This record gives sequence, C-alpha cells and structure tokens, in this order.
Amino acid sequence: MHVPDGFLDAPVSVAAGAVAVAGIGVALRGARRELDDRTAPLAGLTAAFVFAAQMINFPVASGTSGHLLGGALAAILVGPYTGILCVSVVLLMQALLFADGGLTALGVNISVMALVTVLVGYGTFRLLLRVLPKTRASVAGSSFAAAVISVPASAVAFTLLYAVGGTADVPIAKVATAMVGVHVLIGVGEALITAVTVSSVLAVRPDLVHGAHDLIKPLELRTAEPQAGGPAEPSRA
Amino acid sequence: MTTKRFFIGFLVVSLVLAGIVSFYASADPDGLEKVAEDKGISAKEKDHSLKDSPLGDYGVKGIDDSRLSGGLSGVIGVGAVLLVGGGLFWAVRRRGTSAPAAEREKTAAAGRG
Repeated sequence: MHVPDGFLDAPVSVAAGAVAVAGIGVALRGARRELDDRTAPLAGLTAAFVFAAQMINFPVASGTSGHLLGGALAAILVGPYTGILCVSVVLLMQALLFADGGLTALGVNISVMALVTVLVGYGTFRLLLRVLPKTRASVAGSSFAAAVISVPASAVAFTLLYAVGGTADVPIAKVATAMVGVHVLIGVGEALITAVTVSSVLAVRPDLVHGAHDLIKPLELRTAEPQAGGPAEPSRA
Repeated sequence: MTTKRFFIGFLVVSLVLAGIVSFYASADPDGLEKVAEDKGISAKEKDHSLKDSPLGDYGVKGIDDSRLSGGLSGVIGVGAVLLVGGGLFWAVRRRGTSAPAAEREKTAAAGRG
C-alpha cells in the first residue's frame, strides 16, 4: 500500500508528515519502557522480518496482490511503541534504498501504515485479550483479529486523506468501496501471517512475546516451584 | 531454545524470505496500485525521485539475473533494516535495568531445561 509521489497534494502531505513526526516522537519516548538488552535486538530482528515479509506479495483477487503491513505483528511481538518504530524504519529504508513509497509521501505512508495499523491492531488485540481467557489460543486468535482489521483500517485512513488532498478528481465513494473491499482480502493474508508468526514465537519462546506477558507469569510459577523446592530465589551473585 | 539460537533462527527466516521466497511473489499490482489504476488516481503519479538508485525497485543494478538481483537486494534490505532498526532500538533501550530481564530468562530457561 506504499503511496507514491503525486497522489496527495502538498498541504495533506505536510500535515501527514507532521503527524508522522509527532507519532514517532511519542513512540521513541514510549519504546524506552519496552526495550532492554534483550528486547532491543528482538525489535531489530522484527523490523527486518517485516521488511522481508513485505517483499512477498500474495495474490488476493484476479490481477491484484497484497503484502503484509506488519503493524499489528510488530506491536504484539515487541510492544506498540516499538512496533510503530519497526514499521517506520522499514518504510524509511524502502523509500530511501528501494524507491518504494514516495519521498514526499513518507509522512502519509508512516501515518497510514505504521501509526494506524499499530493503533487499530494493538488496540483490538488488547481489548480482545481483556475478555478472552488467558491462553495461547486467545493470543493467537486475538492476533488474527487485530491483523485482519488493521489492513482495511489503513485503507480507510488513506481514503480519508485522499478525500481531503487527492490530486485527481475521482468519485471518492467508489474509491472507498474498492479500497476497503480489496484490503479486507489482503487483511486475511495479513492475519494468517501474523497469527502463524505469533504462534510460532509463542511455541518456542513465549517470554519474548510482548503481547503475551499476561500469560507468562503463571507458567513461570508452575515450573519454578518443583525445581527450587521452595520459594524461587534467584541465586545469581 | 536459547535467546541466541532464537535470534539466529528469526534472522535466517527473514533472509530466506527476502533472499529466496521473494522471487516467487506475485507481480500483480497491490491493492492500492490496482484501485489507483482503476479509478484514475494513478494519472497523477510522479516517478520516484530515487528510481535509478542502485537498489531501485528491489533489484541490484548491474545484475541481470532477476533471481539473483532481487534476492540480493532483499538480503541487503534485511541487513540495512536490522542495522538501522537494531541500532536505534539499542540506543533508546533502558540501561542498567537488565537484571529483571535476565532473571526472567533464567527462570524460563530452568523451566524448560
């Protein structure tokens, strides 16, 4: 969904750029709480994974493809603030190195593909986990739902920007219908990739999934008790 | 699984996706490109100002074999994102508070082992 140069007029591009800068500023401050010696490398690897997965366009309808956006995935794996930064770094590198996504549209792309996907995706994920039982299946299911909704949300955000500052005179209602329609399909692909990836990490290292930290604690207690034969006291000097 | 082994595995998956699997990706326009073409938005599209850059459009200039060119550009991209992203995250991380994280990991490792 990388917006090229020329789709949006200067005022909307500049405004979206300001939103992107503000969003990244908030994310930089918030990411400090999410990142430590162990999660910082994980976040770098997550950004690299999002970049790699974005290269894999999958067919969604005749003559149309889609690819992962990755906002929901990154937010669930490494936290929402860091997730915004992960996708933003990917978009920046794509625009600068690969000529993918216009330079003047970078603010639009960060707003639509990093901020909106993380806000909507991670918000959905947290809401669902609040009402669902604290199990791995719930985390996987919530990841699916978060991802599936994040993509049409992103399409709606683009359409709204286009309604305000689009450069071509087009029927905006038809654009909205077409954008949401195709991005619901792409959202299903996004959801499959997100749920499989989150489930895979949960299977081998559940402690590394930021969005699953609620269900880590009981697991730790259960495994620590029989081993230590008493209160689990870290004996590290 | 140790953290180090997990990190290496995660990186290998990304490198395989970007370096090898990407060759088999659909070449059809993505959702936005398709809608933009159909509805007349694309008429106003401007060329990317860096379209002739050495890695423009996910290929390495000068390499004719498309599988090699695309795969190599993907591997370079994974490296570049990891370097820039990892560097940024390492710079903004909490310092001097790694003890709780290390403890958590130790407990988790003991539970598995």
